[in-house]
Amino acid sequence: MEEINALLHGFEVALSPFNLMLMFVGVTLGIIIGVLPGLGGANGVAILLPLTFTMAQQPGGTTSAIILLSCIYWGALFGGAITSILFNIPGEPWSVATTFDGHPLAQQGRAGTALTAAFTSSFVGALIAVIMITFLSPVVAGFALRFGPPEFFSVYLLTFCAFVGMAGGNAAKTVASMMIGFALAAVGLDSVTGTLRLTFGTTVLLKGFDFLIAVIGLFGIGEILETLEEGLAFKGAQARMNTKVVVETWKELPRYWATSLRSAAVGCFMGIVPGGATPASFMSYGLARRFSKDGRDFGNGKVEGVVAPETAAHAAGTAALLPMITLGVPGSPTAAVLLGGLLIWGLQPGPLLFVEKPEFVWGLIASMYLGNIVGLIVVLTCVPLLAAILRIPFSIIAPVIIVICAIGAFTVHNSMFDVYLMVVFGVIGYAFKKLRYPLAPLVLALVLGDRAEENFRNAIKGSQGDLLVFFSNALVGSLTGLALVLLFWPLLNAGWRVVARKR
Amino acid sequence: MEGERSAASVRAVEMGVAALVFLFGAVVVFDSGRIGARWGEDGPQPGYFPLYVGLLICFASVVVFARALRDPSLASKSFVSRESLKKILTVLVPTVVYVALIKYLGFYVASTLYIAYFMWQLGKYPWIKILPVAVGVSVVFFLIFETWFQVPLPKGPLEAALGLN
Repeated sequence: MEEINALLHGFEVALSPFNLMLMFVGVTLGIIIGVLPGLGGANGVAILLPLTFTMAQQPGGTTSAIILLSCIYWGALFGGAITSILFNIPGEPWSVATTFDGHPLAQQGRAGTALTAAFTSSFVGALIAVIMITFLSPVVAGFALRFGPPEFFSVYLLTFCAFVGMAGGNAAKTVASMMIGFALAAVGLDSVTGTLRLTFGTTVLLKGFDFLIAVIGLFGIGEILETLEEGLAFKGAQARMNTKVVVETWKELPRYWATSLRSAAVGCFMGIVPGGATPASFMSYGLARRFSKDGRDFGNGKVEGVVAPETAAHAAGTAALLPMITLGVPGSPTAAVLLGGLLIWGLQPGPLLFVEKPEFVWGLIASMYLGNIVGLIVVLTCVPLLAAILRIPFSIIAPVIIVICAIGAFTVHNSMFDVYLMVVFGVIGYAFKKLRYPLAPLVLALVLGDRAEENFRNAIKGSQGDLLVFFSNALVGSLTGLALVLLFWPLLNAGWRVVARKR
Repeated sequence: MEGERSAASVRAVEMGVAALVFLFGAVVVFDSGRIGARWGEDGPQPGYFPLYVGLLICFASVVVFARALRDPSLASKSFVSRESLKKILTVLVPTVVYVALIKYLGFYVASTLYIAYFMWQLGKYPWIKILPVAVGVSVVFFLIFETWFQVPLPKGPLEAALGLN
């Protein structure tokens, strides 16, 4: 089969000693990033992205760079589980559901079991998602090769409407946050007409707002401020990991194969839809509780309650890369940062990538298999070390993280103005988080803004300003239609309930 | 409890942020109008897309504002307690000072001072512990960025005096 051949070639690329070393470095850094407060997948990757600029210029360097960054992402996904289980503090939003049963297990002295179960199910979830990516992405990319500007814009529209309709919470806040992202993306030189937009005669705004600065500020500084307020005191359970615990847990895990498969399916599906990992983890936890024989014991330390959310979160986090490499639409903030990296390295994400840079795409996919194996090995062996990192007092780790954020912000363009901007974004991030404005749509809009606008303009230029171009054929029409359905989903759902009740 | 006095209610902050967001949207709308948001000779003018973005920002912020106005329960909810606000300011103010100092002292010296201040103010560590940690971290960063990654960061008078530029 064609995919298998391409994949084998990808393994050749990924298995070079240099790339293997990058995998270990990336995964280890990622786990540490996932464990530390204030550093998560998105801003961890954003801070390290500038360091890959020189790497990406060498031949084959872009593949190495994406391997390094995506492995940080896998590591961060693994790392989130450690804080949830040992300290009852979810390192990432998608690890919240893991605390429900993970922490009770740790309190009962079974932290090793909970951690092994979490890591193994993360691995299984990711593996299933990667297999899906291997076979589905060439199909999606082939399909998307026929896309023109109207189709691409309607895919973007679908992405953003899905955020509004599916994310729950306050739709007005989602719209506000998303549109602020679009407005920030518009700042600077307009590439089509050469007009300066929203710069107000200043020179610092000429280049516009870099999404990396926004990510570092919003997620990094904002989170530190939030953590500070909550008053962080790590009172963790001890983790004893040894081969015996691991083997015994592995013997127990096949019992939950149904939960694993169901959660992986939920994760794969929700990951393709943007904003997916967090709802996927909650959804599959809920489903597992409903379908399990001893669902009532959930919350008191059931291994199955750890398996479900971890499998789903990791599957969703991995599946979020499918729309990124095939359509250029990232499914998560971290995928958005990776997409931004591709653009900076001079690659055009989208269906043509499969035709023009097969070694890059398949190298990345192969590294997903290998990176997760590496990740599993590293986490299973390094838990005591990682737990020790968490015991470093907050008054030391917090300033160090802010210094790292400042260095990361500076190195993007070697500009001090970016560092000031980072602090501003940090305050915005803190206020938005506390008022429950979602940050992911802002970041996604900031990354995709220019491309969405470009496709929108080209589309309506072709149709002489007629907006009906977004319904001009079956393909674009159904994409736009689906976007509108998703946008008004809460309203439709409520209306349906009213109708159903009247009958 | 006396210690949990609120510094601002959720409602006040919610309405304040919505007003700021509205202002931002209005600026976007205004600027789009300035550069032209209609149909030009050969396609949409540069302000065409941002105009709608700005309008949507204004619309969404009005909805958020109105909701906060109509929900009296938010008025009694505390957005941030005075203690927390004080804690946040003891971090935010030094962070602003730190970022401003980088220009004059360079990254490494400013970072050393910043970490030292944090440990002294928040951690109440003795100087005998603060000095090695703060200096050590900066030295490690220097080695990582200047030597290993060869990414030069801004340097100040100290580096110049030591001949490290």
